[in-house]
Amino acid sequence: MNPLIELRNVGKTFANGTQALAGMSLAIAEGEFVSLLGPSGCGKSTVLRMIAGLAVPSEGSISKHTSDSGNAAAGIGFVFQEPTLMPWAPVFDNVFLPLKLQGVSLADARPRIAEALALVGLEKFARSYPRELSGGMKMRVSIARALITRPRLLLMDEPFAALDEITRGKLNDDLLGLWSTHGLTIVFVTHSVYESVYLSSRVVVMASRPGRVVADEAVAAPYPRNEEYRLSPEYAAACRRVSHALHGATAPAQS
Amino acid sequence: MNPMPKWVRLVVPALIALAALLAWEAVVRVREIPAYLIPAPSLVLQTLVSDWPTLWPSLLVTLKITFLSLLLAVVGGVALAFLFSLSSWVELSFVPFAVVLQVTPIIAIAPLILIYAPNTLTALLLCAWIVAFFPILSNTTMGLRSADGNLQDLFSLYGATRWQRLRYLLAPSALPYFLAGLKIAGGLSLIGTVAAEYAAGTSGKESGLAYRILEASFRLNMPRMFAALLLVALTGISIYFAFNALSRALLHKWHESELDASR
Repeated sequence: MNPLIELRNVGKTFANGTQALAGMSLAIAEGEFVSLLGPSGCGKSTVLRMIAGLAVPSEGSISKHTSDSGNAAAGIGFVFQEPTLMPWAPVFDNVFLPLKLQGVSLADARPRIAEALALVGLEKFARSYPRELSGGMKMRVSIARALITRPRLLLMDEPFAALDEITRGKLNDDLLGLWSTHGLTIVFVTHSVYESVYLSSRVVVMASRPGRVVADEAVAAPYPRNEEYRLSPEYAAACRRVSHALHGATAPAQS
Repeated sequence: MNPMPKWVRLVVPALIALAALLAWEAVVRVREIPAYLIPAPSLVLQTLVSDWPTLWPSLLVTLKITFLSLLLAVVGGVALAFLFSLSSWVELSFVPFAVVLQVTPIIAIAPLILIYAPNTLTALLLCAWIVAFFPILSNTTMGLRSADGNLQDLFSLYGATRWQRLRYLLAPSALPYFLAGLKIAGGLSLIGTVAAEYAAGTSGKESGLAYRILEASFRLNMPRMFAALLLVALTGISIYFAFNALSRALLHKWHESELDASR
């Protein structure tokens, strides 16, 4: 089977000469939950932006099979580090945005918006403005908006980094639920070893200057995962393994 | 620091103003200062009523020019700002003109405009427009550039057209900036109108309040000067409060600058 996303020898050099990424190859199969883990500046966000089509690789190529039609956006959802909501619009309009931009009428969109808000547990907040919501709720709106187009691939750029531990744990579990019930493929950028091992079926460890892949670790533990998994020896072992790979990647740069 | 109750913030300045007026009235009466030097507030009010048939049409003329020029400034400023946001070439070509118009004092350009304009009304409109136009243009241009970078990416991701980006992202992002510009331009259009009326100095049925002030000063009719001045000041204050209210009505639900104080 063809991978959903395939990067072949992708490099990215910015206009100012900074080499953000060099020779990166990565294949992501349908249904995977892949974390890109690495220190800041290792180009993990750049990889995500290139997959989304928001940035163009300087070298190499990226092939996508996220959508059967020509419209690439139809198959991809993106969640930013900040909730990135329109402050002037209520939650309902924020979630409606992707469909509105694609020309879907309000009448057709209404049930889908209600469904997306129910998925993230915010059906009662459709008329609230973003500033009236907590950080975690705003992030839920952002996820609902990303899911409204029913994408096959969900790209997430350190989405929970700014949230407190408790909220993050809850959102991690909810995200795993959405992933398994919707048959999504998720590429999740993070700098937390624990978060990546808890969530993903596969952790891609990256190093910086230039950004590159240094390890590709499968996390074999079965789903569904819960608090019990977080306390299990296999979770600890996987964290140690990934942490070791990450440390090996960052140590030379620090010395 | 304890916030003052709302009524205190209204009543205290009102009492101070009243006290100042009473003191003024008292000084004029006790020292028997003649009206052609300093008229008492009571006489100014009396003149306002007795000269109303002259002052009212002039107020209408001033209001007409002020609001017409402001309207044109809004239309022109916003349209040009939109053009700037679409093409940096347009911006590069037009910004110097806008800056030259802004930095040259209107009172210095007004005589030239009066010579070249086909009629006085056009000249007055043009003068007031030049003054009011720039804050709208510069604020709206800045607002259109202030849209959140991630939201820009989101619009790109979903293949937004230029028009959709302008309508659903750039315009709402620019709204608080535009309204701040409008508050400034409202006052400036009145200033521009008054300055142009002074420069024009025409009499007849199309004379505004500034001409009435000028005319009264030639005749040493101080009470009428003060009465006309009062009307100009009241016009400025009304414009200020009207646009503050508009800004609040449009932004209080979401923008930091106008959030309800109770929250």
